[in-house]
Amino acid sequence: MSHPATSPARTNRSAAVGRSALDLFAGGSGTVFALLIVVLVAITFLNPSFAEPPSLMAFLRNAAPLIVLAIGQYFVIVSGEFDLSVGSLVGAQVVIAAKLIDGEESRTWGVIALMLVFGLLVGLVNGLVTTLLRVPSFITTLGMLLILAGAVRLWTGGAPTGALSDSFRQWGRTGIDMPVVRQLPYALLIAIALGVAAVLLMRAPYGRTLLATGDNPTAAAFAGVRVWRVRTLAFVLSSLMATLAAILIGGFAGVSAQVGQGLEFTAITAVVLGGVVLGGGRGWVVAAMAGALTYQALERLFTQLDMPTTARPALQGVIIIAAVAYAARSRGHRPPPPAPAETANDPVPERVG
Amino acid sequence: MTAADSPLLRMSGVSKSFFGVEVLHSVDLELRAGEVHALVGENGAGKSTLMKILAGVHRPDAGVISLGGSEVHFEHPLQAQHAGVSTVFQEFNLLPERTVAENVYLGREPRRRGLVDVARMDRDTEALFDDLGVSGIGARTRVRSLSVAQQQVVEIVKAMSYDARIISMDEPTAALAEHEVELLYRLTRTLRARGIAVLYVSHRLKEIFDLCDRITILKDGSVVTTTETARITPDELVRKMVGRSISTFFPDPLPGAELGPVRLAVSGAGNDYVDDISFEVRAGEIVGLAGLQGSGRTEIAHALFGVAPFTRGEVRLDGKPVSPTSPREAVRAGLALVTEDRKVEGLALNQSVLANARLVLDAVLPGAAGKRAKAIPGILSSLELTARSGAREVRYLSGGNQQKVVLAKWLATEPAVMVLDEPTRGIDVGAKRAVYELMRELSARGVAIVMISSELPELLGMADRILVLHDGEISGELPGGVDEEAVMTLAARPMTAEAAR
Repeated sequence: MSHPATSPARTNRSAAVGRSALDLFAGGSGTVFALLIVVLVAITFLNPSFAEPPSLMAFLRNAAPLIVLAIGQYFVIVSGEFDLSVGSLVGAQVVIAAKLIDGEESRTWGVIALMLVFGLLVGLVNGLVTTLLRVPSFITTLGMLLILAGAVRLWTGGAPTGALSDSFRQWGRTGIDMPVVRQLPYALLIAIALGVAAVLLMRAPYGRTLLATGDNPTAAAFAGVRVWRVRTLAFVLSSLMATLAAILIGGFAGVSAQVGQGLEFTAITAVVLGGVVLGGGRGWVVAAMAGALTYQALERLFTQLDMPTTARPALQGVIIIAAVAYAARSRGHRPPPPAPAETANDPVPERVG
Repeated sequence: MTAADSPLLRMSGVSKSFFGVEVLHSVDLELRAGEVHALVGENGAGKSTLMKILAGVHRPDAGVISLGGSEVHFEHPLQAQHAGVSTVFQEFNLLPERTVAENVYLGREPRRRGLVDVARMDRDTEALFDDLGVSGIGARTRVRSLSVAQQQVVEIVKAMSYDARIISMDEPTAALAEHEVELLYRLTRTLRARGIAVLYVSHRLKEIFDLCDRITILKDGSVVTTTETARITPDELVRKMVGRSISTFFPDPLPGAELGPVRLAVSGAGNDYVDDISFEVRAGEIVGLAGLQGSGRTEIAHALFGVAPFTRGEVRLDGKPVSPTSPREAVRAGLALVTEDRKVEGLALNQSVLANARLVLDAVLPGAAGKRAKAIPGILSSLELTARSGAREVRYLSGGNQQKVVLAKWLATEPAVMVLDEPTRGIDVGAKRAVYELMRELSARGVAIVMISSELPELLGMADRILVLHDGEISGELPGGVDEEAVMTLAARPMTAEAAR
C-alpha cells in the first residue's frame, strides 16, 4: 500500500519500539518498566544509600534467582500452562546438593551435573503428564510440588543434613571484585546471560512456535507444530531454570527445610507483573524479568516502610490480583494501533477467547 | 410495498471515523416496514460499522437516526433492542450447552416465587416458534445439537422476541450450505409479511436477488446507490460494488498453463468417515470437491493432511506412496491445507502477520526457516498485504486479509499439492478475486489443487473437474462448467442419479 516490502525488518522494529513506548501509558508489558522506576525512586527517596553502587549490586544479587525463575515460568505460561512445582524443586535441589556434596569440594561439579539431570527429569515428567496424559498442568505441577516436598522430607527425615562446598556457594554469594561497584555478583551475570539466551530463544523458530502454541494450539497443530513437544520442552526449561535458581539460592541463603517454599507463586506473580497474559500467547520475556525485579523492589520498599515481614504473603496476594486486574482492564479498553485503511472496516478487535 | 411513503427508519448523513480514518461518510439509509433491504459492499466498505451504529454498539460522529419519525440516540445495544431494533451478528451469541428456551430468554427469564419458571419459558418459546411458522426446533433441545442453520433461526427468533420492528442480519448464511439456506429464506419472508423491516448483509448475490426488495450499495464508506432489486442486474451490482464486471469474476487459466503429470493419486482410500475414495489430480489442475455439509469433503482434506488419516487404500504424491499420520509429515511430503475455519484452525490471532506467515517454516523446517522466510515479504506483497501490516497482530485484520495470511503461510512451504477448504468463506468480493487469481497462478506453476467449497458458483467457475460426495463416498464426477443442478442432483440423491444414467 504505502511502500513495497523492501525493509520489513526495519519497519517491524520501529513499529515495535513505537508500540512499547505507547505501552507505558496504555498498559501491557511496558507498564512494568514504568512501575519498576517508580518503586526504585521511592526506595531511594526513603533511603538514599540504596542508590550507591555496592548496595544496588547487593539488591540485584538478591533478585537474580527470582529473575531466573521468572524466565522459566515465562516459557510455561506463554505456552498456555502453569508450573507450580518450581518452589518445591528449588528446595529439593538445595537439599540434594547439601547431602551429596557434604562439604567436599571435589564433588561440586559432579553434583551440579546430577542436579541438572534431575531438573530435566522433573520437567520431562511435568510436560509429558500434561501433554500426553492430558492432566491439566495446574494439577500435574501441584502434584509434583507435593511429591517433591514429601520425598525430600522422607529422604532427609525432616532436617536436611550435609553442607555445601565453597565452590558451590560462590555462585550465589560472591562475584568479581572491581572498582566502583566493589563486587559484580556472579548471580547477576548468570541472570543476564540466561536473559540474553531467553531473548534469542524467543526469536528462534522454537520461541515463535511456543508463542503460537500458547495463542492457538489447534492452529499450531494444523501448521505442523508438535504441540506436545513444544510444551514439554517449556516445562523442561522451567525446571532447568529452577535448578539454576536453586544453585544461586543455596549459595546465598544456605540449606534449610524451608528453602524454596512459596517461590512458585512469587515467580508467577513476577511474570504476571511483567504483563505476560495467563492463558498464553502474549508477553515478552524481558518484561517478565523486569517483573521479577519489580517484585523484589516492592518487597524492599515494604521493608523500608517497616511493614512486618509476616504480612508478605498477603501483600503478594494483593500484588498478583492487582496486576492481573490491571492487565485485564487495560486489554479490554485498549484501542488497536492506528488502522490503515485496508482494515478500517473492523476497527474493534473481536474478543479472543 | 406497504407504507412506502413513510419509512420506519431513516438514517441521514451518518459519518464515523476510527483513529482518523473515515469509515462512513455521510451515509443515508431508509428502511420501510415490510421490506427486506440488502446492504452490500466489499469488506471495508463500512457495512459492519453501519450495522453496529444501528445496533447501538458504536455512536455516529455525525448524522441523525430517526425511528418511526422521532429522533433516537442509542448509547448502548440494550437501548436499541428496547426501541425495537434487533441485530443478529455473524458470530453466534448462543450458549451451546443451554436449551433453546434458555437462550431465547437469557437474562429475562420468567420467574415464579424467585425461581425460573421453566415450564412457562418453554411454553412461551414454543409459542414464538409456532407463531413464526418454524417447526422442528424444540424448546428443550440443547443448542449444541442443532444444525448451524437452526441455530441461526434461534438467533432470529430470539431477536423477534424483543418485539423487534427492525432486524438486521450480518451475513446470516455465511456458515450455511446452499440447501440449508431455504430455512432462513422462509423465516425472512415470514418476517416481511409481518411488516418487519429486515436489513440483510450478504456476500452471496443469489440470495440478494432471491430475497431482497431493495439494495443499498456501499463503497469506501459512501452510498453508491439505493435501488429496487428489479431495476438492477447482478452484473451491474458487482460493477457498482467493485468497479468490475461479473463476467470477469472468475479469472481464466493463465496463458501457457497446461496439465502435467499426475501429482496426487488416491486409490481405494477410506477411514471411519469416508470410504472408497479414488481420484487423481494432475499438475496444474484444480479438482473441486462438492457435497453437502457432512458429506465427507473436509474429512478427505483432513485424511490427506494426516489429521485423521486414511486407514485403507493408498495415496501417492508424485508417484511415491505417502501416508502422513500428522500435519507435520504431510507438510514434509509436500502437502498444504488451508483449513475451513481460519480463526480456530488457521491463525494465531495475537501474533503478528509475519509470525503467522512463517509458522509452518518455524515448526516443520526450523533449520531452514530463517533462509526460506526471506521469501515471505515477497509473498505477502504479491497478495497485496503490505510490509507495513507485517508487524500488525492478525486479529486486527479484515477477514479477507486474514485469509491471505493463511495462504501466505502455506505458499512459503512451496507445496506440491494444495488443499483449499472453503478458501473464500466470509471474505469480500475483492479478496475472493485475489484468491482465485492466486489459484490460477499456482496452477500455472504446476501445483495440484484440491478445492472444497459450499458455494457452487465458485466450484463451477474455478475447477477443471468436480467430484461430488454423498455420505462419505464419491457419487459422481462432472467436468467443470456444468450447471448447478447437475451437481446438486448428485450431492442430494445419488441413487436416482445413478439410475438415471
